[in-house]
Amino acid sequence: MVLDGAMGTMIQRYKLEEKDFRNDRLKDHPYPLKGNNDLLSITRPDVIKAIHRQYFEAGADIIETNTFGSTTVAQADYHLESWVYEINFQGAKIAREVADEFTKNEPQKPRFVAGSMGPTTKLASMSPDVNNPGYRAITFDQLVVAFKEQAKGLIDGGVDLLLIETITDTLNAKAALFAIQELFDEMGKQIPIMISGTITDASGRILSGQTTEAFLISVSHAPLLTIGLNCALGASALRPYLQILDEKAPFFVSAHPNAGLPNEFGQYDQGPQDMADQVEEYLKEGLVNIVGGCCGSTPDHIRKIAEAAKKYKPRVIHSAPVEESI
Amino acid sequence: MSVQETTSKQVPLKLSGFEAVVITPASNFVNIGERTNVTGSAKFLKLIKEDKFDQALEVALEQVRGGAQVIDVNMDEGMLDSKQAMIKYLNLMASEPEIAAVPVMIDSSKWEVIEAGLKCLQGKGIVNSISLKGGEEEFIRQAKLVKRYGAATVVMAFDEHGQADTYERRISICKRAYDILTQKIKFPPEDIIFDPNIFPVATGIEEHRNYAVDFFKAAKWIRENLPHAHVSGGVSNVSFSFRGNQLVREAMHSAFLYHAIKNGMDMGIVNPTMLEVYDEIPKDLLERVEDVLLNRREDSTERLLEFAETVKGAAKKKEADDEWRKGTVEERLNHALVKGIIDFIDADTEEARLKYEKPLHVIEGPLMNGMNIVGDLFGAGKMFLPQVVKSARVMKKSVAYLTPFLEEEKKKSGMVGKPNARILLATVKGDVHDIGKNIVGVVLSCNNYEVIDLGVMVPTEKIIEAAKREKVDVVGLSGLITPSLDEMVHVAKEMEHEKMKLPLLIGGATTSRIHTAVKIDPVYSGPVVHVLDASRSVPVASELISPNTRESFQQKMKSEYQAMRKDHEGRQQLKNYIPLAEARKNKVNIDWNSSEVLAPKIIGKKTLENYSLEEIAKYIDWTPFFQTWMLAGRYPKILEDEVVGHEAKKLFNDAQQMLAQIIRNKSLQANGVIAIYPCHSTATDDVVLHNENGQKEIGTLHFLRQQNKKAEGLPNFCLSDLIRPATKDKADYIGMFAVTAGIGLENLIEKFKADHDDYSEIMAKALADRLAEAFAELLHQKVRTEYWGYAHNENASAEELIEEKYQGIRPAPGYPACPDHTEKRTIFDLLKAEELGIKLTESFAMYPASSVSGYYFSHPQSKYFGLGKIEKDQVEEYASRKGATLAETERWLAPNLSYN
Repeated sequence: MVLDGAMGTMIQRYKLEEKDFRNDRLKDHPYPLKGNNDLLSITRPDVIKAIHRQYFEAGADIIETNTFGSTTVAQADYHLESWVYEINFQGAKIAREVADEFTKNEPQKPRFVAGSMGPTTKLASMSPDVNNPGYRAITFDQLVVAFKEQAKGLIDGGVDLLLIETITDTLNAKAALFAIQELFDEMGKQIPIMISGTITDASGRILSGQTTEAFLISVSHAPLLTIGLNCALGASALRPYLQILDEKAPFFVSAHPNAGLPNEFGQYDQGPQDMADQVEEYLKEGLVNIVGGCCGSTPDHIRKIAEAAKKYKPRVIHSAPVEESI
Repeated sequence: MSVQETTSKQVPLKLSGFEAVVITPASNFVNIGERTNVTGSAKFLKLIKEDKFDQALEVALEQVRGGAQVIDVNMDEGMLDSKQAMIKYLNLMASEPEIAAVPVMIDSSKWEVIEAGLKCLQGKGIVNSISLKGGEEEFIRQAKLVKRYGAATVVMAFDEHGQADTYERRISICKRAYDILTQKIKFPPEDIIFDPNIFPVATGIEEHRNYAVDFFKAAKWIRENLPHAHVSGGVSNVSFSFRGNQLVREAMHSAFLYHAIKNGMDMGIVNPTMLEVYDEIPKDLLERVEDVLLNRREDSTERLLEFAETVKGAAKKKEADDEWRKGTVEERLNHALVKGIIDFIDADTEEARLKYEKPLHVIEGPLMNGMNIVGDLFGAGKMFLPQVVKSARVMKKSVAYLTPFLEEEKKKSGMVGKPNARILLATVKGDVHDIGKNIVGVVLSCNNYEVIDLGVMVPTEKIIEAAKREKVDVVGLSGLITPSLDEMVHVAKEMEHEKMKLPLLIGGATTSRIHTAVKIDPVYSGPVVHVLDASRSVPVASELISPNTRESFQQKMKSEYQAMRKDHEGRQQLKNYIPLAEARKNKVNIDWNSSEVLAPKIIGKKTLENYSLEEIAKYIDWTPFFQTWMLAGRYPKILEDEVVGHEAKKLFNDAQQMLAQIIRNKSLQANGVIAIYPCHSTATDDVVLHNENGQKEIGTLHFLRQQNKKAEGLPNFCLSDLIRPATKDKADYIGMFAVTAGIGLENLIEKFKADHDDYSEIMAKALADRLAEAFAELLHQKVRTEYWGYAHNENASAEELIEEKYQGIRPAPGYPACPDHTEKRTIFDLLKAEELGIKLTESFAMYPASSVSGYYFSHPQSKYFGLGKIEKDQVEEYASRKGATLAETERWLAPNLSYN
């Protein structure tokens, strides 16, 4: 299966201005909104839908909703906490519409929508204040409330899956899993959960200090469809950590790396073929079930990756889920 | 079916802290640290009660270092707010990488404390414990939550009727709990750990005689009948009746564990320091202990008590930390050098002096031997720079002690010892930066080289004169600012002129292999080598000095640099540049009609003298501090780095200590000045400044524009693009600043110098540098939010400041966006910065070195960039704009010229 690529990179191409981030109801909002990309699902759905379309056309099976920062925690930067449910709902709804369009035209190739849930802007297990290491900018309980509201909006808006991604602190991810499971209980229904951590550098650890295997163990209590890695590193740099997941994870494995590393101007300049060649290494080795792109990737990247993916069989899970082995 | 057979099909219990901990049958026994338990440790309780969490954290660290694979934390005490204490302690544990590596066992009899603890763990820990004590419904509720929080759990053999104290009650309660957990809520069976209750034996009470035996039997039954589940327990309970008799208790614990493990117990709460090795328990004691545990004799309790009386108090003692003081004087000197311990060095040196025939032999013998080990360990990456500098301090102190004796010896005999190779080091004229050079000096002297350090701002003549007079073997040049590159070329040319053939080493932040190859190597016929960092200086120096390698090394370097020059020329032609006029057409596109610039609260100058160092210290970015010490990694993660973390932490603690002292004693003074003026940009990339009321022109700032061919949509940046062109009625503003935190530094380091304490000297300089940068950061924030106030809503954390997540930039002349150092003159004149004690050298370096200056740009589109190479058309125009000659301008901009 192929996941889409970066949303932010594509939005940049539209050179949007403050007015694009406002509508009638937001015209008097006293704080600047430019840069709040998630809000575009409401104010410029045409732009977001066009980007979704480009990714499907490039060969993606799954697109991610434009809701990476749509929690009350992250939206507090824009004083838009009260808009969170609506942003998620609309983000899911327009992605659903585009996916349905494509599925209708090509019924043999159904398209899916994954509700993107980013890490928020605060960490639950690390202190932002070096002089006070015991301090926490946010609690587990606050995160549960925030993630629950986001997940509710996404599910109501019609997503097929939930994707907890770019995990920099496993405790944040555990709060998201806790919230989702509570929500499933309350709604009386479940949808598959994907989870994806971020290895920040060559130390092979996520920001909050865990190794890939420790991360896997820490989230394995939840009913996951996939576990994977995304962001921070380019495709080749992720490979050793994907090998660990391949070997140890009783779930499907996903990867959506960056298009290389940013250059000194913060731009990603790895070309589509380069990136696809690196991703093809995973496919050759049978490390992953789902591939896509993160920062810097574009429909051109995804097209090349999708072409490469066609040539290989998906990974086989080596380590069977616990339930089955008993 | 035996325990062995059952466990071979065991699904492993997987736990995690920062690291994964996978418990398989091969793990044998998992040791759970138990000293962080207020009910079991009076010391720990006292620390928590007195709010000494730092020291309490050390208890956990000791446990990890002592081999605990899981840390049990218990805060159940009547006088404590157990929930708050649990949260605080777990959060602090998470900040100590060495502790956070292992999983946590949250130990409480109160569910609310357990749940609060679970909300603090990013890893998969263990709950200790839940049980059927409060009925099935509550048990299920808690177990479901444990699963949802992602933890394993201890289940006590406890039900509605009380604690199980017989074999039968133990197994029936465990079976019932197991069935409920695995069947009703699908709790993973490998995440269940039964605690079938370890009770004291040899109490004199008849019913207690079989407690240990019943535990062993229950453990065996559980492992054979409840697939994948584990067995644990608190071992020290068993010896409760022998409190105060360590020897007997240690033997009892070991013997109990020996039998419990044989019967399937695979985890346990044990104090590893209260454990004797089973095979080393004296046979007579072991026999009596096992009689009690296995309930083998009617009189077993009496016999053990009798024996205990005879051995009271003879428990094993911890080896003292100063064991090394017992070695020979050579061993002691060696230890002191390798460990950097200065406390006994004078006494040990004196002892060695008396022992050896001549004082010189002490240096050539034990001291050099020790330093050779240090050099080898550093070379092999097994020691880090801060340790090496500490070792050097010990060495220097010892040599200083010997020096008067050496002088006397020389007078007597007229003999001088075999001279070591001599290396001359200097920071070139116009440059004041010397931390890196000092580090190189320390590293070289650790490796048996005699270092002659000429200091900073050393003119070429002085370098050449000293090199000849001192008959040095190698000359090393250092510099940090870009004009120093040119000065180094000058030194090399002069050395050539003097027909010198001495090897020339080039080092410092702006130097590079390519610059050395292209600019320095061709003008000097002797060997020239660029040295990347201090650790490379030793191998390079030794190759250059040894007669065996010198010739071949020199040839190798010459041909390597020649190849680089050729390659460089080839590249030059490939680069694509555009004419200046064309680049100007592709400027940063700002719609000035719609941008509004907020008028600053202050127009003109504002001076801040003697600013609070305490306030400034909050803004320190520590990452470059570690770079100075050649420890790679980002702060604070570096403190937990597997390789350098330990040293980084020590260094950081020393830094904090010195910083506190500096603040307390006000040994450094921080002065700063800012100014904001009305201004407009010109069509030729200048910015014209006006006085406060906008009437009079008071100066012109000159900027440079990128000229490399850009991809579609990317502008050719120039800083002046960020300033509004002259328009009627609409004003724009630019700010500038100069700060220093280096006033008083000379006095501060004088003492360290006298003490031969390179470590403290380098530390003080590095801290002054950090304070200056922090002061610049702080002032920038004050300018954004207060003095100018264009971002009065900004609320950036220290981290965000370091990552520059705010509106506006503060580029500095001499850095990539505006590489012309000479522009500092304009800033300094307008700010009258010299009145605050900051001077400019002839190369436009600031003195004291711990100073920062630059511009403030406020426009939201402001961002840092690198100028890159520029073409002759711009250099010519720039020279005429500045009223300087072309040759002069080319000299200052040498690193940025696209042509030779």
